[in-house]
Amino acid sequence: MAQRAIREYDGKQLFAKHWNEYFDGFHYPFKSVLVTSADELRQKAKEHGFEWLNQEPLVVKPDMLFGKRGKNDLVLFKVNKPGDVTLEDAAKWIEEKQSHDVTLLSGQHGHLTHFIVEPFTPHTQDQEYYIAATTVGEDDVLYMSAEGGMEVEEGWDEKVNEVRIPINMNEADIEKAIRANVPADIPAENREAFISFAIQFFKFFRDMHFAYLEINPLVLIGTDAHILDLVARLDDTAAFLMKDKWGDIEFPTAFGMEEQSPEEKAIAEADSKSGASLKLTILNPQGRIWTMVAGGGASVVYADTIADLAGVKDLANYGEYSGGPTTGETEFYAETIFDLMTRYPDPRGKILIIGGAIANFTDVAKTFTGIINALEKWAPKLKENNTKIYVRRGGPNYEKGLQDMKEAAERLGLEIHVYGPETHVTDIVRMALEDEKK
Amino acid sequence: MSRLFTRDTQAIFWNNNKNAIQRMLDYDYVINRETPSVAAIVAPTSSAKFEKFFWGPDEIMIDVFRSTKEAVEAHPNADVLLNFASFRTAYDVTMEAIAIPNQFRVVMVTAEGIPERLARTMNQAARDAGVTVIGPATVGAIAPGAFKIANIGGTIENIIKSKLHRAGSAGLVTRSGGLFNELCNIIALNADGIAEGVAIGGDRFVGSVFIDNMLRMESNPDVKYMILLGEVGGTEEYKVIEAVKSGKITKPVIAWCIGTIAKHFSSGVQFGHAGASANAERETAAAKNQAMREAGIHVPESFNDLPRVINEVYTKLYDEGVILEIEEPEIRTIPKIRRPKNFICTISDDRGEEATYAGYPISSVATPDTGKTIGDVVSLLWFKKVYPRWAVDFIETVIKTVADHGPAVSGAHNAKVTARAGKSVVESLVTGLLTIGPRFGGAIDGAAKYFKYAHDNDMTPAEFLAYMKKEGIPIPGIGHRIKSLRNPDLRVEGLKKFAAEHFPETPLLDYALTVEQLTTSKKDNLILNVDGTIGILMVDMWRSLGYHEEEIDEFIESGTLNAFFILGRTIGFIGHVLDEKRLAMPMYRHPWDDILYDVQKAEEL
Repeated sequence: MAQRAIREYDGKQLFAKHWNEYFDGFHYPFKSVLVTSADELRQKAKEHGFEWLNQEPLVVKPDMLFGKRGKNDLVLFKVNKPGDVTLEDAAKWIEEKQSHDVTLLSGQHGHLTHFIVEPFTPHTQDQEYYIAATTVGEDDVLYMSAEGGMEVEEGWDEKVNEVRIPINMNEADIEKAIRANVPADIPAENREAFISFAIQFFKFFRDMHFAYLEINPLVLIGTDAHILDLVARLDDTAAFLMKDKWGDIEFPTAFGMEEQSPEEKAIAEADSKSGASLKLTILNPQGRIWTMVAGGGASVVYADTIADLAGVKDLANYGEYSGGPTTGETEFYAETIFDLMTRYPDPRGKILIIGGAIANFTDVAKTFTGIINALEKWAPKLKENNTKIYVRRGGPNYEKGLQDMKEAAERLGLEIHVYGPETHVTDIVRMALEDEKK
Repeated sequence: MSRLFTRDTQAIFWNNNKNAIQRMLDYDYVINRETPSVAAIVAPTSSAKFEKFFWGPDEIMIDVFRSTKEAVEAHPNADVLLNFASFRTAYDVTMEAIAIPNQFRVVMVTAEGIPERLARTMNQAARDAGVTVIGPATVGAIAPGAFKIANIGGTIENIIKSKLHRAGSAGLVTRSGGLFNELCNIIALNADGIAEGVAIGGDRFVGSVFIDNMLRMESNPDVKYMILLGEVGGTEEYKVIEAVKSGKITKPVIAWCIGTIAKHFSSGVQFGHAGASANAERETAAAKNQAMREAGIHVPESFNDLPRVINEVYTKLYDEGVILEIEEPEIRTIPKIRRPKNFICTISDDRGEEATYAGYPISSVATPDTGKTIGDVVSLLWFKKVYPRWAVDFIETVIKTVADHGPAVSGAHNAKVTARAGKSVVESLVTGLLTIGPRFGGAIDGAAKYFKYAHDNDMTPAEFLAYMKKEGIPIPGIGHRIKSLRNPDLRVEGLKKFAAEHFPETPLLDYALTVEQLTTSKKDNLILNVDGTIGILMVDMWRSLGYHEEEIDEFIESGTLNAFFILGRTIGFIGHVLDEKRLAMPMYRHPWDDILYDVQKAEEL
């Protein structure tokens, strides 16, 4: 993966945790709770340290990685007028939002499960700023604007100043570059404070291994910094370096992404326990072309080819196994696929592609043993579904592997077509589809 | 650098990845390389000095070091680092290698999932130092017929089938490592193989990108056309398009970006590598394929159509005479069954016409007319070096000096008692030798060790004495039963005189003499004795011969100094044994009156 989004709440907590180390001269009044239900919010308000939930006007919004919550009418900051939301208003609003599924303007659809609740921060438009940092090409880029809030995206070019910061730029030059590019329309009396904040923001972004970090709006009132809205992605490959600094951070799945099926979860779990790689995504459970492909690159070209030649609707799954899985792991992976592909009969029958490029050092016969074991168990079901199997593979011991596979399938009465490295890797897809037309 | 690797390229392999290294050496053997492509292995936690590998039917040893720095000191010509460290340490290993001036030309990084910020820092540092980084997250690169990194290309059978054992005409760059072999196979089936191939790696930030490798291939005369296999995500392919448009790349280019499937799924499904995610329309596989097609790059209709396009371009270049017929080279085969050897010998060889000592036939060192003495033989068989005359003479002087010290010392006494029990020469001799150790003869080792330690650590004589007192050890090599400064040991005087006349310098002896001044001021007989002088002068000898301090420490640790004593004193012991045989002395029994008997009745418990 690499870049993974975190919740607004978790991002703010990272700020709060490291504030004193990074944001010299500023104070961050971190008041925020993450709840999954109205009752949890009511409960929270009774805890020591969260008295403010009863005492201050509140703001509530879903905290599920998607943006444009204002435009989606998913921010509660007023009942009659801004800043009058009570704890009970917030709880009721959560109850209402959770009583039905939500469809966003982007088309994403799902159930709201996580909400962030914070005090309402009265402020004026001229106290709002925009600041963000990410990596573009080889360089880091810092974005700054004197205008915060939702409108910043309209008129980006006029309103936002960009500072490109190469990876090898030293601290003094970074400070100089940021200072030189601060938006001209920041009022003179706030200029120094903003520059100081921006420099520290960038260092925080960099040292915490963020891939993307955006505060919009940032509200500066005197020395108080309020992070009203935040979007953040971390480079999760840095997790081993950042164990203590990040703490136990969650990487939720994107909103609207259908929750993983039990089969996908089982494969993901097997993957996490294995030194090998096992990946499975179900694209269309009723699709009739199923793939079981070895290797990341090969899995992509098979998917490409099936979409090209048969159409994407027929492609049932995407996935791969690689890195020398054990016979048991391969067998489990194959069984999972055979199970999934025999659930919805198709009048045209099913096609199973057991594909792969020429392996470096994986013993092909050995990995095929796992698949053959699974075939033994699932042969009746596969036959019921009128399944044709196409195999293509190369690499160490491939002759034996292909021979074993052919013999097993024939013994089990399955239709099978077996090819080696002399056949182009994805050509079995074309052959499968052409055989069908005959 | 128009060619990435040549037949002379040698690498340092970081991490003792035995299988991968063996595959490199098998490849080397098959393509008739003269030197192994791996010069040395770095294994920070290993205590081994070398690792055995097969070289065809035989075995060779590859040096093992604990750090890259030590490895390049011993192998300065190795200009490729194969960094097989994990994602946790790969960054540090690369940075350390880049910091060694004028050493590495290419660093290959195999780890997947190095933190992006570290990968960027590493790649930038490499660019600044003019080092080509291949990877991270790659299986590597190959220059067929010259050099292959680790596992790339697969088994030897596949390598030959895919024509990776000799240079063809295509330059190949791919992102995917898994499809690299497949492409080589396709190119072998539809053209004449590749001249150079690089899998640039699947992570988002890789050191050398398509364009870096393709510009090099443009200047490599072996490459007649190039094949690029890209992927959805990123904009690196556009740099290639620019180079084609601006004329920086003039050789024909065939290209395809995989991942056209991604356009059917708005988000959430990660197809392929970490780098493979389109953030904008122009990063999609379809957009890149279209843009490349428009720039005049040969782009097939689909991946399935790629072989046809390769064959087309190849045939055209062949017909035009740009590509010539390749003469298939002779290759060597690797025996199916190979047995690792149980023993290793690096000092002598009895297999040839005449047995040799460290490469020198025995006859060339044996007779007087060769001018060689027993000291020369010792230097050959013990140190595998030809020592200069003064050092050889010193060794002989030592052997002669320690040859005997009368019948009363423990070893001689043992040998005599055993001989009188009617035992053979060899049995009697070993009973004598077995007494040699820390208390008998051991002062040579001890003196070398402690005086060297004190000198290495710049201790003043007073500090040295204080240190030894704290350790609770009498200073080895200091003190004599009867001799003193006024009544010197003439053996010691002889050794000192020889050293003064013949050694280039004697810093440790000079230091020891300042220590002696201090000890003799306390007690007259605390002089530097013969054991001490020998041990100390041996250290001076090795230093003058150019040995590293670590090597000298190793000699001391392994008991080499003791060995000089064993060798010399063996002459004396044999003398005593033969003496007993000649005298036909009876069985020896120690007299009662020389034993203090104090035997109590055992207590019942």
